[in-house]
Amino acid sequence: MLALSPGAWQAIWLTARLAGLTTLILLLVSAPLAWWLTHSRSRASNLVAALVSLPLVLPPTVIGFYLLLVLGPQGAVGGALERIGLPHLAFSFWGILVGSVIYSLPFAVQPLREAFGSIDPRLLDAAATMRASRIDRFVSVVLPLSRSGILTAVVITFAHTVGEFGVIAMLGGSIAGETRVVSIAIYDLTQAMEYGAAHRLSAILLAFSFLTLLSFYAINQRVMSPIKPR
Amino acid sequence: MTRCKPLLSALALYLAMLTASACAANARVAAAADLKFAFDELKPLFEKAMPQHSLELILGSSGKLHQQIDHGAPFDLFFSADVSLPKALVNSGKAVAPVTLYGLGRVVLWSTKFDASKLTLQQLPETQFRKLAIAAPEHAPYGARAKEALQHAGVWDKVQARLVFGENIAHTAQLIDTQAAELGIVALSLAMNNKLKSKGGFYLIPASYHQALEQAFVITKRGASNTAAQDFATFMRSETARQVMRRYGFVLPGEAAH
Repeated sequence: MLALSPGAWQAIWLTARLAGLTTLILLLVSAPLAWWLTHSRSRASNLVAALVSLPLVLPPTVIGFYLLLVLGPQGAVGGALERIGLPHLAFSFWGILVGSVIYSLPFAVQPLREAFGSIDPRLLDAAATMRASRIDRFVSVVLPLSRSGILTAVVITFAHTVGEFGVIAMLGGSIAGETRVVSIAIYDLTQAMEYGAAHRLSAILLAFSFLTLLSFYAINQRVMSPIKPR
Repeated sequence: MTRCKPLLSALALYLAMLTASACAANARVAAAADLKFAFDELKPLFEKAMPQHSLELILGSSGKLHQQIDHGAPFDLFFSADVSLPKALVNSGKAVAPVTLYGLGRVVLWSTKFDASKLTLQQLPETQFRKLAIAAPEHAPYGARAKEALQHAGVWDKVQARLVFGENIAHTAQLIDTQAAELGIVALSLAMNNKLKSKGGFYLIPASYHQALEQAFVITKRGASNTAAQDFATFMRSETARQVMRRYGFVLPGEAAH
């Protein structure tokens, strides 16, 4: 562990920042989105569900390529930012954050949809008859009953963002402290034939990913068994 | 809820740190991958000569780096393996003239499995060479020159089915270094590195087999106001830098081949 270079530590911290912020944003975005998808019967919900799931089937190169065009200085978003005096988002931390949020979106929405969908509607009706407001019902009934799904969303989103490569490779430009996350740093190190350093970072990522999934399954099995209505 | 307090405050601290950003080097140099080992030496020399500056190197194929700068990548200097790319950036207003030649590159046949110094391109169709690595000719200048050399030698059609493509010339060298490909065509500047030199011999492909690899750098529009970028451009003209470049097999501007 101590044999890691400052550049490697920088990449690890950057990856933790990216994955942490992506998870936080996706929780806030996905909870209402998943709730709506679970309960809407409109045709638009199919459209939204398909859009949300697109990153599962699209190659990261496609997402990265289009994001580069849209977020870059000539793109719709990047160009608009430049016109109001802000920097465009290609090759920046905020750019790969946008990329990560889009790329990991289905991994946050899906577990929440499943959790919300498995809640007995009679519980919500009961809460409503006790004059609980919509927000109160969501916070006091839905969230506690969905904690297993929320934990799944958090863990999988975080881990999936840590394991992201293609979108960041297309959009990031491998800038230290900005866009050179661990997966990109490993790629650069192997290309530069620095196998020792590449091994150390790869082993860390392998251990992290395995331990994350292992502890996740362990917690989910023991502590997070869903509360059964009595 | 109270038992969660330490956990929550740790989480809050983490979230606060998430939004902090790291400090950056004061000049970012996007460099063609053939410069990998030469710049590994030049960077500390420059930072020792000018301790107020620090460099960050981003290596890739010239074509990829050019495309990234074209899309607004925050690089201050662009060292290309092909002079046409920095020129194109000047023409589109993404870089500032002058485009400065820094060396002529050469390609070599290299292997860590066979003694390539005893081989010629004409032998490449032999079946013992199952995979032959070159850089992607579409965006890596060294790949384009490798293709021309194979065509000039009259073996391109025969070896085409056995080619594997590196994303840039350092990646190509990695494919050969790991013996995923038995041999391949890489930059002389990579084969001259002590670590790689000890692993296998190389055959210097005659310069007449391909168009010249005129390598040039330019300061980008972003780097125009950056003194670190300008100082590094000046440093590249110094005898210290020229000695390093010479040692990696570059023919320097104004000098005869050696």
